[in-house]
Amino acid sequence: MKKKAFSTVMSMALAGSLVLAGCSSSDTSGDSGESSSGDKTVVKMMHLWPEGSSNAQYTIVDDIINAYEKENPDVDIQTEILGNEQYKEKIKVLSASNELPDVGITWAAGYMKPFVEGNMFASLDDIVQEDKFVAGTLDAFSVEESTYALPLELNITPVYYNKEIFEKYNLEAPETYDEFLNVVKTLSDNGVTPITLGNKDRWTGSMWYMYLADRIGGPEVLNKAINRTGSFEDPALVQAAEEIEKLVDMGAFVKGFNGLSNDEAKGYFMNEQAAMYLMATWELPNYTTTPDVAQEFKDKVGYFKFPTYEGGKGDIDSYVGGPGVGLFVSEQSKVQDEAKDFVSYLVEEWGKRSVVDAGVIPATVVDTSNGELDQMYVDILNDLGKATNLTLYADVQMSAGVADVHLNQIQSLFGGQSTPKEFAKTQEEALAAEE
Amino acid sequence: MKNVMSNKFVIALYTLPALLLILLLIYVPITLSGYYGLMDWDGIGEMKFIGLENYVTLIQDKMFWTSTWHSFLLAIFSTASLLLYLAISLVLASKIKGSDLLRKIYLIPMLLSSVAIAQLWMKIFDPTNGMANKLLEMFGVENTPIWLADPAIALYAIFIPVIWQYAGFYILIYYAALKNVPDEVIEAAKIDGASPLQIAFKIKLPLISGVFKVTIMLAVVGSLKYFDLIYVMTGGGPNGASEVMASYMYKEAFKLNNFGYGSAIGFGLLVICLVMTWITSKLTKSKDDVQY
Repeated sequence: MKKKAFSTVMSMALAGSLVLAGCSSSDTSGDSGESSSGDKTVVKMMHLWPEGSSNAQYTIVDDIINAYEKENPDVDIQTEILGNEQYKEKIKVLSASNELPDVGITWAAGYMKPFVEGNMFASLDDIVQEDKFVAGTLDAFSVEESTYALPLELNITPVYYNKEIFEKYNLEAPETYDEFLNVVKTLSDNGVTPITLGNKDRWTGSMWYMYLADRIGGPEVLNKAINRTGSFEDPALVQAAEEIEKLVDMGAFVKGFNGLSNDEAKGYFMNEQAAMYLMATWELPNYTTTPDVAQEFKDKVGYFKFPTYEGGKGDIDSYVGGPGVGLFVSEQSKVQDEAKDFVSYLVEEWGKRSVVDAGVIPATVVDTSNGELDQMYVDILNDLGKATNLTLYADVQMSAGVADVHLNQIQSLFGGQSTPKEFAKTQEEALAAEE
Repeated sequence: MKNVMSNKFVIALYTLPALLLILLLIYVPITLSGYYGLMDWDGIGEMKFIGLENYVTLIQDKMFWTSTWHSFLLAIFSTASLLLYLAISLVLASKIKGSDLLRKIYLIPMLLSSVAIAQLWMKIFDPTNGMANKLLEMFGVENTPIWLADPAIALYAIFIPVIWQYAGFYILIYYAALKNVPDEVIEAAKIDGASPLQIAFKIKLPLISGVFKVTIMLAVVGSLKYFDLIYVMTGGGPNGASEVMASYMYKEAFKLNNFGYGSAIGFGLLVICLVMTWITSKLTKSKDDVQY
């Protein structure tokens, strides 16, 4: 009997230890352990460029950290790296438990707002040097005139086109909207898909709408509707929706666009099944440097600026676009001064290297004179220098709830389930309800 | 040994780990999500207690009821498809040539992960280059459907892979149940001059009715909380045309930062599932269970 009781206890203990083993944690990564950094100031940083999938960005950040540590021997930067989606999840969990890293990466406007309102991010007004950034990029990371993150990336959205297909039908890159409609008509009459669009993702269609709104009503009209100094039922915004309807009726967009993701839609352009593709400049590596893409195809790709609309208020040098990610400093950080110093160092060094090494256009002004860049990059950067306006993606400007209404309406407008009037009205109501 | 096992204290001791795990991993989160449903919370900042407001919104939320209706549609379709699976297993179990190989073929979709299945069927449904439309074009159809992009058919288009995905699972269950029907009973029926159809309907089906009831329950509950293919293939779109309860919950909680409201939806989903389980078990209950 005694033996039985003993084995009972033993098996319980075994089962218990199994349970406990499952709970024990095992993370902490970093260059050096806690012991060796006892006398150094430790700055913890999280970013989303793992060595495997984003090697170029990883290397740049790693080099910058090493250089910084050399210049500041008393600072130890410890990094934790996660892939994009895991990063987004973990940041949320960490902020809920008040354990954000000292330095981390955030997205602009609507994504960042709850963090700022929850008092998670420190204001960076004391380190920001406004003249170093491309105009308009800091606004996206500002809440009530105060900057809460420094942007690393900047993207504008040109229309890429397949030169070979254009030549075959004697077409030229359009500069006015009428020329553009002519291109669309010629292509669709000849059975070629004019434009590929992955509108399952919805923000893709939003970019087409935003450009039309900009070219017809000028850059202010959409911004005003969103910041509530204007209305979404503005005639220009309704007219832009009518133009979208017209394009859809002409068969301008690839068949079944509302069911295609952006990646699937991109396939049509890369396989030369569609002639045009409106997308941000993060696509540029595919047309210039990426080794996996055939040079033959790269040579066929050109780009044009979204054409001007006859009688419209927007000019051709106004772009839809926006900064990608930015760096924040945690409000709770115990080493805020060091963290801020490191952030401004990182942003500056990043700006010098990101285009050449990673094909990422930084939000800081780039010097294109050293001739290391692919021609398409030089052209885009020159265009960027001449830009008169940069309109931040509408869904990024809006709060998450309204953005969802906007994006759903975009899908309905393109799919013909909403008329232009309903399209404007629904969004006006959603925006007004939030005031 | 008998002594130890009848000791109440030891029984309690042995069930304790499992009980703790179930409490910790199932009942605590359920209670918590009901509690979060009472909060206005974006998942990041401070929680604010707002009483039953989320639940009141939930009851008035048209989108929630649309997605509930879609979940019910899926439940109806997958329950109906059980009959098809049953027919297939009856054929397979009747010792026809190659039934072994066929059984394995039917089982393959079950071995694939949901995301792989979704990717596969997205390729099939591609409006221009997809297999489905290429086939239709071969037969001379001119206005081929745009499948996942058409709000009228997107939901039904997704039902096809969902039903295909679970075929192997149910066929396997029915096949095993049919194999359990004793040969003597069937022999006896044959001697009495029963036709194969009579054997199927009068002997085999009544004998596996217990298993059939269980699968109805599995299909109903599984459909009501279904998520994976919908999320990957359309994300609930276009404009909510294929939204189901679970995908709507995910969207509110994680995409729109309404963690409180998302929790309320989750709790609503739980209540609906419980009610449906209860109704299904009432409907399928019969007093005289068939015995061998």
